[in-house]
Amino acid sequence: MPAVLILGGLLAYPLFLGVWLSLTNTVLGSPGQFVGFQNYIDLISDPTYRGAAMFSIAYTFFAEIGKVSLGLILALIVNQKFAGYRIARAMMLMPYVAPTVLSALAWLWLFDPQFSAISWLLMKIHLIHAPINFVGSPTHAQISVIVVNIWRGLPYFAIGYLAGLQGINKDLLEAAAIDGASAWQSFWRITWPLLLPVTTILVSFSAIFTLTDFQLIWTITRGGPTDATQVFTTLAYQRAITGGSLGQGAAVAISPIIFMIFFAWFVVRSVREERATA
Amino acid sequence: MNRVRALRIYVPLAFYAVFLLLPFYWMLATTFKINQELLVTPNPFLIYHWTLEHVVNLLTQTRYLTWFGNTLALSIGAMLLSVSVSYITAYAIIRLRFPGSQAFGTAIFLAYIVPPAILFIPLATVLIQLHWFDKLWALIPIYATFLIPFCTWVLIGFLKSIPRELEEAARVDGASNLMIMWRIILPIAVPGIITTAIFSFTLSWNEYLYALVYMSSPENKTVSVGMTSELISGDVFQWGQLMAGALIGIIPALLAYFFFAEYYVAGMSGSLKD
Repeated sequence: MPAVLILGGLLAYPLFLGVWLSLTNTVLGSPGQFVGFQNYIDLISDPTYRGAAMFSIAYTFFAEIGKVSLGLILALIVNQKFAGYRIARAMMLMPYVAPTVLSALAWLWLFDPQFSAISWLLMKIHLIHAPINFVGSPTHAQISVIVVNIWRGLPYFAIGYLAGLQGINKDLLEAAAIDGASAWQSFWRITWPLLLPVTTILVSFSAIFTLTDFQLIWTITRGGPTDATQVFTTLAYQRAITGGSLGQGAAVAISPIIFMIFFAWFVVRSVREERATA
Repeated sequence: MNRVRALRIYVPLAFYAVFLLLPFYWMLATTFKINQELLVTPNPFLIYHWTLEHVVNLLTQTRYLTWFGNTLALSIGAMLLSVSVSYITAYAIIRLRFPGSQAFGTAIFLAYIVPPAILFIPLATVLIQLHWFDKLWALIPIYATFLIPFCTWVLIGFLKSIPRELEEAARVDGASNLMIMWRIILPIAVPGIITTAIFSFTLSWNEYLYALVYMSSPENKTVSVGMTSELISGDVFQWGQLMAGALIGIIPALLAYFFFAEYYVAGMSGSLKD
């Protein structure tokens, strides 16, 4: 089967090769020698790597919180029928559909230190007095890339939650309303518990790709300033491609695999369960 | 609709609209503004002097059209390869029930959630060994590595919903396996095929990391890579040109979405739910 050939040659083989490379001191252009776990040992004592690992985790954590809460609220809004709800549903997917790098370029320009339109707006409504340096200071840059990640992933969560909401039996909510439950109570007692399975799937799945996000951060900050927004993938790219240390780069790229196996296990388990009940 | 309900819907919706659509509006506004207005203006969200200068410059003074053509050819090529291979694979998994087909289905799913970010370094050495480095068409099989698992997974879901009786009836009438696959199941699977085709196209159009690492000549770049590596040089950003390029670059993906929105949403939910 051609699928086996393509997947075997270009997916499984590189995966093993990647693990092998990470155990060697290969540099670009010359074959390396087996060095065991030396690359990984070096990484643990490397402050840049530790910073990148910490920020990757923080980036994923805060972005997932943002996507779950904002995505759910958006789904609850567009789940109602109101004038223009079809247009709202169609438009809300645009950040997800548009190529990430191209929309990240628009964000980069919106984050311009001197001519930011966001700063202009905030100054007009007197929230701030001077332009914000969105990508120039470490903390601001970290917040900025997390906000853009939320912007990009929110539609995916909104669609997932919308499907989840439509699967909820309306009788349950009506019965709760008759029993005198407030909207708030019926949300926490009925809707949210029923949405927990879909939340697990959405978060685990999205976490795998947020943890290994490259294009958004690379376009907006290149990992800077002073490595503040460095993540696993940007560091792997710098070490392996610009720096030429393929072995070390491969070790950086492979190191988040523990988290990925953890999330993948959740995804596979939830998908299996869903299949069994369907 | 009463007033309270209207407020509860439209006020938050307005916040979402501003947040979600802001970058797109910004691309549009920047593209059609004269250069001076980008930096000195009473209101950056309005256009006082319209111009097509940025678009014209982008198309005549940069390689943008080449990159656009490259991305289009790649996306269509990767789409055709992935959808056809995936259809055959999904059919085999669902209908033939060979030993281990269940395990193969799970393997496909696992392959689908392996992120490109952990493969790009070893794949680079594979490409060097094959002498495929900086060859544009090499990206077609590379893209297939993430498209085939995705398409196969979605198509398995679609093919499952086709009743088996249909196939059995055809077999009683003397149809061969191949004939069943092409003449009977394929026409019914068309919605699934369209869904995976749109996704293959938009995912290829969106791809960045592989194209960035493996394509080095300016004439072999894709839109995303060309824009970030050739149009941004040093500290001087030609924002008018860049936003014109971003705006034109998102159009194919948005067209694919708006024309086939239903299929797109089906694919989004089908990718994780059966």
